[in-house]
Amino acid sequence: MKPPKFDYFAPDSIESALALIREHGGDARFLAGGQSLVPMMNFRVAAPSALIDLNGIAALRGITVDDNGCLHIGAMTRTREIETDTEIAAANPLLHAAAPSIAHIQIRNRGTIGGSLAHADPAAELPGIVVVCDAEINVIGPGGTRCIAAKDFFEGIFSTALQDGEMISEIVFPPWPAGRRWAFREISRREGDFAMVGIAGWFDTNENGAISAAGLAAIGAGDTPLRLPSAEVALIGQAPGDAVFTNAAAAAIDDLQPGSDIHASAAYRREVGGVLVERVLKTAWQRPALEATA
Amino acid sequence: MTASSPYIGRSVKRLEDRRFLTGTGRYIDDVKLPDMAVMAIYRSPHAHARIRSIDLSAAKALPGVIDAFCASDITMALPLIPLRLAPFKGFERFLQQPIARDKVRYVGEPVAVVIASDRYIAEDALDLIEVDFDPLPAVTSVDQAASGETLIHEDAGENMGTRYTVGRGDADEAFRNAPYTRRERFTTNRHGAVPMETRGMIAEFDPDTPLLRLHGATKVNFFNRRHLAAAFDLPEDAVELIETDVGGGFGARGELYPEDYLVPIASRRVRRPVKWTEDRRENLTATNHSRDIVCDLEIAATDDGRILGMRATVQGDMGAYVRTNGGVVASKAAQFLPGPYRVPSFSCDVQFLITNKTPVGTFRGPGRFEANFCRERLLDMVAADLNIDPAELRLRNLMEPAELPFRIGELVPGDVNATFDRGNYPSALNRMLDEVGYADWKDRQGEIIDGRAHGLGIACFIESSAAGPPETARIAVAPDGSIEIRTGASSVGQGTETGLAQICADYLVVDIDRIHVLHGSTTLVPSGGGTFHSRNTVMAGNAVRKAAEALRARSIELAALRWNTDAAGLEYRDGAVHRGDGGESVLSLTELAAFARSRGPDEALAADAAFDNEGKLSYSYGAHAALVAVDIATGVVEVKKYVLTEEIGRALNPAMVQGQAVGGLVQGLGGTFLDHMVYDQDGQLLTGSFADYLLPTSTELPEITAIALEESPSEFNPMGFKGAGEGGIVAVAAAVGNAVVHALNAHGIQINDLPITPDRLRAALRAAGA
Amino acid sequence: MTEKHSLTLTVNGQTRRCEVEPRMTLADCLREKLDLTGTHLGCEHGVCGACTVIVDGAAIRSCLMFAVQAAGTEITTVEGLADGDELSVLQQAFHDNFALQCGFCTPGFLTTAETILKENPSPTRAEVQSAISGNICRCTGYVPIIDAILEAADRRRKGEK
Repeated sequence: MKPPKFDYFAPDSIESALALIREHGGDARFLAGGQSLVPMMNFRVAAPSALIDLNGIAALRGITVDDNGCLHIGAMTRTREIETDTEIAAANPLLHAAAPSIAHIQIRNRGTIGGSLAHADPAAELPGIVVVCDAEINVIGPGGTRCIAAKDFFEGIFSTALQDGEMISEIVFPPWPAGRRWAFREISRREGDFAMVGIAGWFDTNENGAISAAGLAAIGAGDTPLRLPSAEVALIGQAPGDAVFTNAAAAAIDDLQPGSDIHASAAYRREVGGVLVERVLKTAWQRPALEATA
Repeated sequence: MTASSPYIGRSVKRLEDRRFLTGTGRYIDDVKLPDMAVMAIYRSPHAHARIRSIDLSAAKALPGVIDAFCASDITMALPLIPLRLAPFKGFERFLQQPIARDKVRYVGEPVAVVIASDRYIAEDALDLIEVDFDPLPAVTSVDQAASGETLIHEDAGENMGTRYTVGRGDADEAFRNAPYTRRERFTTNRHGAVPMETRGMIAEFDPDTPLLRLHGATKVNFFNRRHLAAAFDLPEDAVELIETDVGGGFGARGELYPEDYLVPIASRRVRRPVKWTEDRRENLTATNHSRDIVCDLEIAATDDGRILGMRATVQGDMGAYVRTNGGVVASKAAQFLPGPYRVPSFSCDVQFLITNKTPVGTFRGPGRFEANFCRERLLDMVAADLNIDPAELRLRNLMEPAELPFRIGELVPGDVNATFDRGNYPSALNRMLDEVGYADWKDRQGEIIDGRAHGLGIACFIESSAAGPPETARIAVAPDGSIEIRTGASSVGQGTETGLAQICADYLVVDIDRIHVLHGSTTLVPSGGGTFHSRNTVMAGNAVRKAAEALRARSIELAALRWNTDAAGLEYRDGAVHRGDGGESVLSLTELAAFARSRGPDEALAADAAFDNEGKLSYSYGAHAALVAVDIATGVVEVKKYVLTEEIGRALNPAMVQGQAVGGLVQGLGGTFLDHMVYDQDGQLLTGSFADYLLPTSTELPEITAIALEESPSEFNPMGFKGAGEGGIVAVAAAVGNAVVHALNAHGIQINDLPITPDRLRAALRAAGA
Repeated sequence: MTEKHSLTLTVNGQTRRCEVEPRMTLADCLREKLDLTGTHLGCEHGVCGACTVIVDGAAIRSCLMFAVQAAGTEITTVEGLADGDELSVLQQAFHDNFALQCGFCTPGFLTTAETILKENPSPTRAEVQSAISGNICRCTGYVPIIDAILEAADRRRKGEK
């Protein structure tokens, strides 16, 4: 399982990386963490003519929280950094909590958030998190920079809104309110495997104790990560509680568009997706209590 | 040897470890020979197709490619890969040639070979090979195979490899007026050994000398040598099979495969050593699969659950060809269906169906894993129907010590003498029940704890070991005092070197640090039986014992010569020969070795021996229990606790025995929940990588208690050993399947099919209204 | 540019030089060019962990990294874990706990475990189980490997080297 030949470049700036991909055309690919691309090359199902290695570009790294409380994560940030970084744990605990579910340590040591989003596996965790958090994906390419909302970024299985020659430079997460409840649950065949179905969720409550905002997204239940608007609508204005959560879970099932594969049928993903919505909401509601014992 | 043996029976740390821990082991892909070329194989992308043409020209023209060939380029008569075990009449029509000629019959079948300077270039060349295929319909189930609508081997006129009926007593009579009968159909999942190291070999073929040296052989080197020599028209002593370090076998590695012929052919063509290493993608289609059984099983019993008889049909999916030991799987499944129970009448129709899938061979506990699942699941159904506790039902039916030895009948054609040796099956079951706290759990089946349904399932098993030809050993003491054991047995990672050194050290009464062990290669000893059926400890171990005893006698002889005295007055004691002459003269083994050498360059202090157990197999037996917690809403099963007992006669090295039990158990959990070779209806393997073919990892572990019982030493060898390599795996699906059913007893789910997956459980629960 | 690059690597404390095509994986470079065959190929698609090496302190799958990407990094392979003839505390713990049988997966477990213990010198059993979930073993059933890693952690805390 040896990969086919390719030209290799290791630029140290975004500009030179963009110039290289322009120069080498359609069969050239960016190389981020390589944890998805290189297996495909070893199987010879991907055969880029050239690899432009982004690992040496310092400008693509970095984790900062700006004055507005927005979390900026450079595209080449390793998943392992997301798992261990204390700033991220505070600025977006949902993202932080999802990271350990991504494969295994050795993969997380190389895999990057930009790479995961660009690869757009429908069962991957990070696409689900950016969608549920309404993150923005900053992209740079021959036409300059642009900002793509997460909900518009994923177009299909392994397919994104990235145009030829574009790369993700940064992912920006909106501020995370202090009292927000959240949880992430996935079902996989083994720990670290791609999810058969997974749910990421959060909600905020107002001074009356009613749910004022909510976000729920499913992975593994469609061609892309899916927001679950029917469930979100069912939560808004309600006081959190078991009956409300059950109701929202039942509504969520209509938003799921799962397929079948050898690991799980569509029926399973749909059914268990609903179960996980309920569990996520219940766990989220217990979040302050969970925090207290942590 | 007595209880005070310094080594036998102790958990001696392994001699093999250092090189593996420091990365200085030599597995076949680590071996590099001067002027070595590398080979890659073009394998069929179709499950069933005619080959119209093969164009190797572009491949050959690629810089770095040395040669390429297909069947039409091979001048020698292409041999058929022979049968080694279970050579049932009929199979001869379905043997495999090392390379496809007119037709391909499974995805992965070799079609062409490329030889290049390195593997990267060889794979580039594979991409340039053009083969014109005419696809044919693929046969992908035993039912489809049995219908004969599409023939895979036209000349055979059918897809039935062979078929026979075995039994004992009068099953039809037993069923005729039985107060209770039940019949069920079970299926087990195709899966296999999948060791961490893939296969590989290096061939050095010099036709002029002549010499064919193959590196990377293991398991049954002497058998393979005999056949390869004949295939290449060479005398046996012109063929050497060299064993390197081996990264696991589990039954699949070491058998004769197409590549064992193709690599030598390649070497002969290019007149250079040629290496072939299987990559994992190849491995999943090219190395034997196993366990693919459909079993229709029927039981007849009295109202109080005493078994009157069993009837069964076992259909084994053999894949596209019958390989060296393919017949073992279904034949042993049939033979072990009655298990350790009193089953006076038994009848089984055994069918071996040919399909367009990878050929099948043995995998740890072949046929037993499957048989135990079917029979133990059915016994639990009987228990539920008759309102008898499952453990009580088994105790009522397990054979008692007074009934042993027991001739089980000709349950494999030709095996008329198979006899369960002495033992105490109820005792092993009771020990397990005690250990797992069965009394506490039997009335709590289905209990919800922390939101999950809990259940405890049990299963009993019996397992044979140490079949096959005699094993040999040679022990030699060098003038520097070091002691070398040579054995015809192989090591596939199970600690052969350590085990044999322990035996030698005790019988020679020397420090184990003086001993090193060479194994497997045909250059070491004149003949050998090999390593399969967990036979090393019994066969190679006893060969070493006999060689050590012979070496003691030889050292007395040499001492007598040295002292110019009568051997009768000499004694071997504490690693030396003693003469009680008042002054207590002593000659150490080191001194005697030097003395031997001084008598002539070919003289040595050495002894050879062979051990033959004359086909008298020893049977290990025991019981498994699994405690599971099922998340009803998601179908996810956690095995929380696992207890097993295994009567092994005598433990040579308790820690290594424990390692076999735990390792087998975890493989068994994989086979129960995860491992599954899935084919689509075109015969394409959907689980062609580790992303889809799932092996158990460290996070799927129960709390494990594995107890080796030493209550019933084998009477067929003086050290009392039985094989202990497979008891850990054989009853796992059985125990877990029963546990899950108990956990879900409120919903009346049955589990008749493996693997047990969340998807399947939820489908069953949905159908039951949960 | 698909032709060979001259590459300088630091492996087990030594400077090593070789010529590699860009497509040569780090695993193959170690095995074929530098004769460090202790790092094994078990799958070549990033699942089994047999090829795990330590690059700049992180355990990574060397089958998923190209050798050219490792220029300027510090690499530790299994061959670099012992101190001359003396096994490391971790290697010794593997030996003492029968944490290997065929040995093929062992180098990957050792390198992974070294990085685990460096980051977390006092892991719980559950933390070890999770941390090694990316390494597959077919022989041992994992239990003695987990025992060995915990014992090594314990010995190191007690001051053994």
